[in-house]
Amino acid sequence: MKHAAGASSATTSTSPSGRDNDEYRAVISVLVDNESGVLARVVGLFSGRGYNIESLTVAPVEDDGARSRINIVTSGTPAIIEQIRAQLDRLVPVCRVANLTTLGPHIAREMVLVKVVSTGEARTEALRIAEAFRARAVDTTASSFVFELTGASEKLDSFVELMRPLGLAEVSRTGVAALTRGPRSL
Amino acid sequence: MNAATQTTAAQPNASTTLSGAEVLLRALEEQGVEVVFGYPGGAVLPIYDALFQQDRIRHILVRHEQAAVHAAEGYARSTGRVGVVLVTSGPGATNAVTGLLDALMDSVPLVCLSGQVPVQLIGNDAFQEADTTGITRPATKYNYLVKKPEDLARTVHEAFEIARSGRPGPVLIDLPKNITVGPAPYAPPSTQGRRSYQPRVEPDREAVREAVAAMRRGKRPLFYVGGGVINAGPEACEALGRLVHMTGFPCTSTLMGLGAFPSSDPQFVGMLGMHGTYEANLATHDCDVLIALGSRFDDRVTGRVDAFSPRSFKIHADIDPSQINKIIQVDIPIIGDAGRTIAAMIEEWERAEGPAPDADALKNWWEHIEGWRALDCLRFTQDPAPDAIIKPQKAIQRIYELALETGRDTYVSTEVGQHQMWAAQFFKFEQPNRWLTSGGLGTMGYGLPAAVGAQLAHPDALIIDVAGEASTLMNIQELGTIAQYRLPVKLFIINNQYMGMVRQWQELLHGSRYSESYSSALPDFVKLAESFHAKGFRARTMAELDDTIRAALAHDGAVVVDLCVAEGENCFPMIPSGAAHNEMILGPEQEAQGAVVTNEGKMLV
Repeated sequence: MKHAAGASSATTSTSPSGRDNDEYRAVISVLVDNESGVLARVVGLFSGRGYNIESLTVAPVEDDGARSRINIVTSGTPAIIEQIRAQLDRLVPVCRVANLTTLGPHIAREMVLVKVVSTGEARTEALRIAEAFRARAVDTTASSFVFELTGASEKLDSFVELMRPLGLAEVSRTGVAALTRGPRSL
Repeated sequence: MNAATQTTAAQPNASTTLSGAEVLLRALEEQGVEVVFGYPGGAVLPIYDALFQQDRIRHILVRHEQAAVHAAEGYARSTGRVGVVLVTSGPGATNAVTGLLDALMDSVPLVCLSGQVPVQLIGNDAFQEADTTGITRPATKYNYLVKKPEDLARTVHEAFEIARSGRPGPVLIDLPKNITVGPAPYAPPSTQGRRSYQPRVEPDREAVREAVAAMRRGKRPLFYVGGGVINAGPEACEALGRLVHMTGFPCTSTLMGLGAFPSSDPQFVGMLGMHGTYEANLATHDCDVLIALGSRFDDRVTGRVDAFSPRSFKIHADIDPSQINKIIQVDIPIIGDAGRTIAAMIEEWERAEGPAPDADALKNWWEHIEGWRALDCLRFTQDPAPDAIIKPQKAIQRIYELALETGRDTYVSTEVGQHQMWAAQFFKFEQPNRWLTSGGLGTMGYGLPAAVGAQLAHPDALIIDVAGEASTLMNIQELGTIAQYRLPVKLFIINNQYMGMVRQWQELLHGSRYSESYSSALPDFVKLAESFHAKGFRARTMAELDDTIRAALAHDGAVVVDLCVAEGENCFPMIPSGAAHNEMILGPEQEAQGAVVTNEGKMLV
C-alpha cells in the first residue's frame, strides 16, 4: 500500500508515458450500485485476475445512498490498465468506470493521520515541520501529537518520511479520493 | 376450535397471498421455464413442496448437483434457452460450483436457484450453511442473496434477463428458507432494464464499414468464428453462411463455434488451435486479414501469442468489450451482437463501395489452402483385419458415419480429453446447437449430464455422448437419471484404459513417465449398464465395431457402449504449448515437422 519513494508521479500527470510496456500508476473511479457484495466483486476481480491495488476508497456519494464511488489506485502497463477498466465495466452493478489518469487533468487527494511520540528537540522539530506542511495537530499530549494532513499522496509520503526520525509511532491513511478537473463529470 | 375458525377466516386472504416458493414458480413460469434440473434438501423443501402441487414446470431429479448444472447447460446450449437448476444450501450449492464456472467460461445462460438457511441464521455456521454468494461470485456472471420477500419476484426476472442478454452466463439466486416459506408479493417483469447493466448489441456502423473495407482489400482473408455466433442464434449462423459465401473467404472455427458454419462446406477449413487442422492453423498463421467473430483468442487457439497470425490485419467483433485487446491486439474492434454485426457486414459488402476484391489473390490463397488440405492431416491407418485392434479415431469416425446413416437429428456431447478432440475433428456439424462440449473449463464428466439435458429438450432426437472411460466415471451416476426418465441417450465410451490426453502429454513432454494416468480397476461397463437398466454393448475388434455401433444406435433405450481401443494413440495435429501455428506436430501418417517443446512451453498447460 505504501507508495515507494521516488515512484512515478503519474497520479499527477495528465497522461502516461505513451510507451506500451511502461507501467504507470492509474487512478480509476468506479460508480457502483450500492448493494451488498459490490465491493467484494470489485476487490475479487483484482485478486482473481492478478491486478494490483495500491489504495482503495469507497463511500456512498448520492443522497439516497443508492450509489457509491470507489477510487482505486493501481499500476500496470497501458494494456493491463485498459483490461482492468473493461473488466470492471463488465460487472453488473457497475454503472461507470473511468481511468482518471488518461481521461485528462484530475485531482487526487488523500488524508493521513500521523502519531509522533517524542519530547525535547525532536518534538519541536516535528511541530515545525508540521507547520511547514500545513498539517494540523488534532490531538496533543505532553509527549505526543496526532497530525492531520491532506494532499497528494507524494506530499503525504514526504511528511511521513520526515517524521520517521522524530518519533513516528503510527500512521493511518485514507487512500485516494479523486475527481476530474473542469466542468466534466463521471 | 378457535384456531380452526381463525384459519377459515384467514382463508380468503391466504388465497391471494402467495408463499415465496409459489412466487418463485410463478416467476419461472412467466419466464417460460418448462424444465428444472435439481436435487432436494432441507433448505429448498418449500420449493419442492410448491413444485409437487403444480404440473406446469417439470422437475428432473439428477444424482449429483454438478450434473444438474451440466444437464441445464446441455438443455440451454441445444435450445438457446435459459437452463434452470435447483439445489439445496451448503453442499448442494458447492457441488454446483464446477458447473457454474463451466457455464461462465463457455457463455451458457443459466439460472441456478440455491437454498439458504433462514436469514436470521446466516452467519451462525448453521447446518448446511455456506457463503454461497461469496463462493460463487467469481463463478457466475452475477449472483443474488434475496433477503426481503418484496425483492424475490423482481430478482428472478432480472436474473433471467442478465443470464440471457449480452454475453450469456450463469446467474445464481440464493434463497433463504424463510423467504420461500413466508408470504411474498408477485411482480411481473419490469420493462425497464437495470441502469448499470446495458449491454451493447448494435455494432458501430463506422467500425463495420472500416472492417468491410479491410476485407475487400484482403488478399489472404480468413473468418475465425466462435461460440458467440452460436449464442447469437440460428439466424446469425445462417447470416454467417451468407457472408462467407458472398465473400468467398475461407472460414475456420473454434471448438465452441463448431456448427456455426456447416463443417461440410468446401469453404470450411476445419477447427483451428492446439488440435486444429493443418490447413486452418497455417491459414491463420499466413492470412493478411483475420475476421474474428464471437471468438476470444483463447490460449488453446492462439498458441504462442507473439507468433499468432503475425502479419494479419485483425478485426474483432464481440459482445463483451473486455475481450477486445485482452490477448491479441486488434486493428478494428467491433462491440455488438454477432448476428447484428454479420448482418451489417453483409449490407456493407453488398453496397460494394471501394475497390473490388482481388479475385486473383483470393484464388491464389485458396490454392495455398488446398495444398495444405492435401496433406490430409487427420488421416490415420487402421488395420482392416477382422481381429485388428480398433483405433480410437476409427471408432469415433464410425460413430459419426453410422449416426449420419440413421438420418436422425443428432446432438453430440463429449467429456474432456483425446476423445473430445477426435470428436471435434471427425464429426461434421451442419447446424448450430448440435455440439455440446466443455471448452473453457475442460470439465471431465460434462458429457453424460449434458446429454440428459439435450435429450429432455429434444425427446425424439439422437443424443450421443462420446466419452472416455476416465471422464465418464466422473458423473456415471447419471445413468440413474437416464433410467428414471427413460432417456434413450447413447453413451459411447472410447476405452483406451488411460486418461488419454494426460498420457499423450506425459509421452511427449515428460519422457513417457505415465504417472497416475492408467485407468486401473475399471468397472465392467456392460454390467454397469445393465445394473442401471440400460443395454450394454462391447466391441474389441474391427469385426465387431460397425455391428456394435449400429445395434447401439438402433436400440430404442439408453445404451452404454464399451469400445475397447488401442492404448497408445495420440491426437494429432498438435501445436505444443509455447509453439506457433506453423510449428505443428503431425501424425505418423504425415511428415513430422520437427516441432520441439521448449522448456518455456512445458510451463504452460
